[in-house]
Amino acid sequence: MREISFIEAVREAQAEALISDDRVFIMGQEIGSYGGVFRATQDFVRRFGEHRVRDMPIAEQSMLGAGVGAAVMGMRPIVEVMFMDFVACGMDAIVNHAAKMRYMSGDQLRAPMVIRTQGGSGTHHGSQHSQTLESWFLHVPGLAVVVPSVPQDVKGLFKTSVELEHPVLFVEHRALYRTTGPVTDPVAPIPLGQGVVRRRGDDVTVAAVGKSVHQALAAALEMEEEGISVEVIDLRTLVPMDVELVLESLSHTHRLVVAHEAVERGGWAGELVSRVVAEGFDELDAPPLRAGSKATPIPFARELEAAMISDERLIARRVRESLDLAEHSA
Amino acid sequence: MTEGAGLISPVTSPPVHDRGGGSPERGGELHGLNDAQLLDIFKTMYTIRRFEVTMERSHQAGDLYGPFHSSMGQEAIPAGVCAALRADDVVASTHRGHGHAIAKGAELGPVCAELWGKATGYCGGKGGSMHIVSTEHGFIGQSPIIGGSGLLATGAALSFDLKGDSRVAVAFLGDGAVGQGVFHETLNLAAIWRLPAVFVVENNGYAHSFRADQMQLNPDIASRADGYGIPGVVVDGIDVFSVYGAAAAAVERARAGDGPTLIEAKCYRWRGHNLGDAEHLYRERSEVEEARRSDPLHRFRQAVSGRLEPAALAEIEAAVDREIDDAARFAAESPFADPQTALEGSF
Repeated sequence: MREISFIEAVREAQAEALISDDRVFIMGQEIGSYGGVFRATQDFVRRFGEHRVRDMPIAEQSMLGAGVGAAVMGMRPIVEVMFMDFVACGMDAIVNHAAKMRYMSGDQLRAPMVIRTQGGSGTHHGSQHSQTLESWFLHVPGLAVVVPSVPQDVKGLFKTSVELEHPVLFVEHRALYRTTGPVTDPVAPIPLGQGVVRRRGDDVTVAAVGKSVHQALAAALEMEEEGISVEVIDLRTLVPMDVELVLESLSHTHRLVVAHEAVERGGWAGELVSRVVAEGFDELDAPPLRAGSKATPIPFARELEAAMISDERLIARRVRESLDLAEHSA
Repeated sequence: MTEGAGLISPVTSPPVHDRGGGSPERGGELHGLNDAQLLDIFKTMYTIRRFEVTMERSHQAGDLYGPFHSSMGQEAIPAGVCAALRADDVVASTHRGHGHAIAKGAELGPVCAELWGKATGYCGGKGGSMHIVSTEHGFIGQSPIIGGSGLLATGAALSFDLKGDSRVAVAFLGDGAVGQGVFHETLNLAAIWRLPAVFVVENNGYAHSFRADQMQLNPDIASRADGYGIPGVVVDGIDVFSVYGAAAAAVERARAGDGPTLIEAKCYRWRGHNLGDAEHLYRERSEVEEARRSDPLHRFRQAVSGRLEPAALAEIEAAVDREIDDAARFAAESPFADPQTALEGSF
């Protein structure tokens, strides 16, 4: 199988969408002849023309808002928001417009658009360029939320997203951009709401998305030496969320840790835990735990960031706590 | 049921340049409009007026609930702008948008039903007074998020640009929208991409209770167009022919690929911000009464007095009154929205 990087997968996924559907176009900052600050649209102007690959002023409200307006008129915009933090500047277009067009118009209007953005820690961009904010969007009916972890899923999930009749928030962790993985040719579309088991284990289930999946796998590998067997689930999408897969896993592990880089307080892990408790209480031998970041802005300095961010050490600690608690309650 | 298509005839091409009249400016004060077009414009204005009055009463009767923003006094603006549009052009509107929907051809029955939360409303009761949509008439929605209509119209204009359509998108906005950042962003974007958009600011003097002169030192909103390198035009929003002339020129410019225009139509909001608004806290009754002396319908009658027979206008009035009665009956006889549909249509 061909091995490509995460960012190559993003690039290929977008190019394929532009080739296969003439309603698709891209807009965002620096995406034109510059090729995107992370090279997600490299060479696109030459291949697809400035008309369909539209450089934008630094203006997220109009970028996202014009995307909504074009989408309701039958186009399929891909809007790149350079850093996830900047989504806050265009929130109205997403929350009050894109998410609600279909519903409040009685299905006369639809806003099929993919809002691509990237975020996350690890590159020392400071508090306003490092956040993981996908949890915000679970709270707004009308939006799908996709967080891929490997190149194959980037392509498969993107293919589905760009064909949906709803707006999709497509979230990439920039620390994954240079990671590589095998891809099939072609990649089959991956339905939203289908998680996948990345590693089989017997003692504790760790559910995660994006970069946290890789950290959970690293933690699992480390704990294997201690005789702790961890099952890792990659949910891949948060709306819809594959709670069924988690419940299935719990039927043999009976313990759950939910890992995300987002701040733990108010993060999507709370939603998953709540549903697991409501629907699978009898399966639980220990309280489900969350491994999220501490509730501070993300600091610049390495040492400070490490003190608050969710990482593989925190995931491993929560797994052990889960087992300890299970022993206490036994 | 009313026939929405009869509410206004689409003008297939702006006639103002081709039919020069006696005036040095754009074919005389009636802009070369023929009798049928004049009657259509009158019908639109009168329909809006009667619709607002009727809905206001239905609010008092309890059929209409939730916020209601009357556009009384501002009828000339949607009537004049939409008379310059083709049927396949699109309009995005504001919270004060019944008039825009009607002027773009939306049928009165489903509009009324939507305002009353009925299943037969344009949005099945999911939208209400601030969210009417009729895609078949090119009415692509209202945004009561102030400035949001600019987003929708700019995006629609972008879609026309991408597809190579010769269609035009109009955003109606209020003077309150000018303070929003999104106003700046959308005008600038439409300008740099020369999108086929027209931005029409209805400056009715108030953003809820806040007077326009408290919100900006520069009293002419249209002059902001200079900052974007596009034409800005101030028109008397009471005079439908001034509105039509500016709109026709702006639409022609947009359709020709020369980009957007900012039109400021100065007018006055006869009613409070919404029904039940505590108007006494911010304006005197006498101010409203004085402003209501400038009635767009009266102004129209004056302008056409030598052209149209009063009987022709009376005939239209009677027909519109019947249509509105029919619309109210249609809404009254329609079932309420089915609770089962509440969970449909989202993700």
